[in-house]
Amino acid sequence: MLDYTSRTLENGLDVIVHEDHRSPIVAVNLWYHVGSKNEQPGRTGLAHLFEHLMFEGSAHHDSGYFTPLQEAGAALNGSTNCDRTNYWEVVPTSALELALWLESDRMGYLLPALTEEKFENQREVVLNERRQQYENRPYGLALMALMAALYPSDHPYHWTTIGDTTDLRATTLDDAHAFFRTHYHPGNASVTVAGDVDTTRTLELVARYFEDIPAGMPPPRVLIHGSGTTDVKPNRETRLVLEDRVELPRLYLAWRTPALFAEGDATMDMVADLLAGGKTSRLYRALVRDGRIATDVSAAQSSRELTGWFCITATAAPGHELAELEQVIDAELGALSEQGPETQEVERSLAQVEAQFVYRLQTLGGFNGRSDQLNAYNVFAGDPGFIDQDRARYRGTTTDSVQRFAARQLGSGDRVALSIVPQGEAQRALPGSELARVS
Amino acid sequence: MSGAVDRTTLPRPGPAPSVRFPAISTARLSSGIELRTVEHTGPPVIQWLLLLCHGSAADPATQPGLAALTADLLDEGSERRSVLDLHGALDRIGARLRVHVGPDTTTLSLTTLTQHAAAGLALLGEIATQPRFDSADFDRVRTLRRNRLRQMRTVPSAVADRVYIEALYQGHPYGHLGIGTDTALAGLTIDDVRQFHADTYRLKTGTLIAAGALTHERFRQIADAALGDLSVGGGRADGRERVTPGVPAEPSARLVVVNRPGAVQSEIRIGHVAVSRRTPQYHALRVMNMVLGGQFVSRLNRSLREEKGYTYGVRTGFDFRSAPGPFTMHGSVQADATVESVREVLDEMTALGGARPVTPSELDVARAALTKGYVRGFETAGQVARGVVQLVQHDLPADEYDQFVPRVNAVEAADVTSVAATHLCPDQAVVVVVGPAEKIEGGLETLNFGAPVRLEA
Repeated sequence: MLDYTSRTLENGLDVIVHEDHRSPIVAVNLWYHVGSKNEQPGRTGLAHLFEHLMFEGSAHHDSGYFTPLQEAGAALNGSTNCDRTNYWEVVPTSALELALWLESDRMGYLLPALTEEKFENQREVVLNERRQQYENRPYGLALMALMAALYPSDHPYHWTTIGDTTDLRATTLDDAHAFFRTHYHPGNASVTVAGDVDTTRTLELVARYFEDIPAGMPPPRVLIHGSGTTDVKPNRETRLVLEDRVELPRLYLAWRTPALFAEGDATMDMVADLLAGGKTSRLYRALVRDGRIATDVSAAQSSRELTGWFCITATAAPGHELAELEQVIDAELGALSEQGPETQEVERSLAQVEAQFVYRLQTLGGFNGRSDQLNAYNVFAGDPGFIDQDRARYRGTTTDSVQRFAARQLGSGDRVALSIVPQGEAQRALPGSELARVS
Repeated sequence: MSGAVDRTTLPRPGPAPSVRFPAISTARLSSGIELRTVEHTGPPVIQWLLLLCHGSAADPATQPGLAALTADLLDEGSERRSVLDLHGALDRIGARLRVHVGPDTTTLSLTTLTQHAAAGLALLGEIATQPRFDSADFDRVRTLRRNRLRQMRTVPSAVADRVYIEALYQGHPYGHLGIGTDTALAGLTIDDVRQFHADTYRLKTGTLIAAGALTHERFRQIADAALGDLSVGGGRADGRERVTPGVPAEPSARLVVVNRPGAVQSEIRIGHVAVSRRTPQYHALRVMNMVLGGQFVSRLNRSLREEKGYTYGVRTGFDFRSAPGPFTMHGSVQADATVESVREVLDEMTALGGARPVTPSELDVARAALTKGYVRGFETAGQVARGVVQLVQHDLPADEYDQFVPRVNAVEAADVTSVAATHLCPDQAVVVVVGPAEKIEGGLETLNFGAPVRLEA
């Protein structure tokens, strides 16, 4: 579905080029295979803070990353999650070299420009990002409580990408320099150029800008501590409660599930859709439409590199309690595990997945555009052309496999149940919930 | 192409690509609906958009929320199909339905694969014109919307938006959010919805827009087949197809504080009623806004984020509507920087029209960011279709988009200063702060906006 040409430079940088001449624009997309899973306890939040520092200038252009690109008509941004950090620009064709110059300068020559002043400023910005997106937002601390409960304290998914406030305050400029030297080098990166370009010329151009950057040492492998496997199972339900400035109580049920591209990962996507995707879904009907005991419900398989997690979220309607919601959800999960889905339900989900694969092809750049997908497949599957196999994973889903994986993954009592309730109403949590620890 | 890269200077991009918006073809279907189509090559995706020229400003004065509730009920089943059958039909072709109610318009959007273009449009027509409007569904959906309103009380940005628009447009058709108020929703009946639908969903006065990888002719054939025999209604009984709201009264308050005890940040809105989309100053205002707060490297974001670190980011913008819409600065800042941030926004609004006019390099960046990046805005079928919506909604000339780049490039420093002096009015601004009142009220009083009006969320 997605044509490309790729090569690897001597310093280890993967280069991928995708041609499309419909519009005079080019997307540059650069992935570093580093995320919050590569952090150490005590220094959480560093990968994301570091992403901010990448926009503050590099040795040969030490006056901000945005100005020359915005002056060239670019859109640009970056993001960090637990597994990777990405950066992208979408520029008019004639500004491709400008984008490559700037990206290569911050890959090769960031540290001489990375000062204490910039570091302190961006730490304050990130603390404000944390306040805005998590602390001052209803239900905003749910993810932190869930991750902390799903994974033991030395597991790389135990903390969230935004990091702990205490850790962010304790992080030093030296930590940032060390982080860059460990993770930000060509061998740990993949660059895609997509759009109105000539493949041969573009491969040469990218090589010219990046080939002089020295290869780094491969970063240490991320180890899963605790039981030593990707599956850490305390083998019981953990019940937690968090009081928050909210009007209505909300229940989160979370399970550890297969990793990205592992067996069962795609099926769990379909399970999520059958359960809570749209007005025909099982949980929407049972909780919201017919039962009228919840105001909303959602479900998602979060596919991650080391291990996945699956979450069902539902908010209690006024006059109803989370225990009622839990009972209905468990009954629906039981029915799906015991009887399996209707053929029609699986067909409907598949039709939507098929359409999504096409809709995703509409944009070249930005988050989830074609350039981002090529890098994602390259970094996580080792093959930029993995999109066809990715689609095949869904096409192979059957009523049987849905039933089997729903039963296997969601059937045991091994899960985290988090109740977020209005302040002063801790008694509205599921019975036996302990206070969640978040900071 | 060999040799080391010259790192002493940045590569200089060439000139901006010229922008030609693709041709828009206009036709009228046998049922009377106006059709506008754009041929857009790319992945096999079709965007259908049904544009109706009524939005939340068409809510009767005592019934804020009626337009949005009506729109929300459209996909709860049709005369022929239950809600499950209807959504089953949408899901089986992988279609995406979105209904959006803005202040001036309602748009029904359906994205589908090209192979399902006809089936998708038939469903869209059924949803728009033959809703079931069952009273049990009405009751349930209204309850869901009242619950959402209740939840919005704890979302600082939602509270700030509501209080701000209510203060700016007191008693005006723009003076409420689309979702309305709890009192109004409680008083609505299914008959109100049925009547509103009969009055406003008259496709003869709306426009069907299509963009994607089909020819104009093929689009027309599909549309005629899918919607040709649809009952589309006549014009309104009172003959008023489009009602453009008038000029609002003075704001109800200048400085409003919504207390959020102990909050770590203050959510801020600052602004005033400004201009409509048809203002002759449109392009100069766009450039001026880029300098002030419309992009990352704007004066306000540079100062409040990149120099002081008070915020994750702030932005300003003109909401260009059919009637004069708001100019607004919006952002969230750490609580102890509230007063200083508000003061700085007001100061910058003043300075750009006087003491510190736009510099040559700021002007270059602002114009270039708008013009050189313009082509990015028409990449997908959905973007192209929404471009057509703007032309139809505001009755703009067909070459509006082709003229954008030359018109922006013609904006000079003196124009920026002039529109800043005329259209930024800090002395008439309304300031809304959702934050920890006990910490910020004393300081806010020093702004000379009078004593803050304290509201509850």
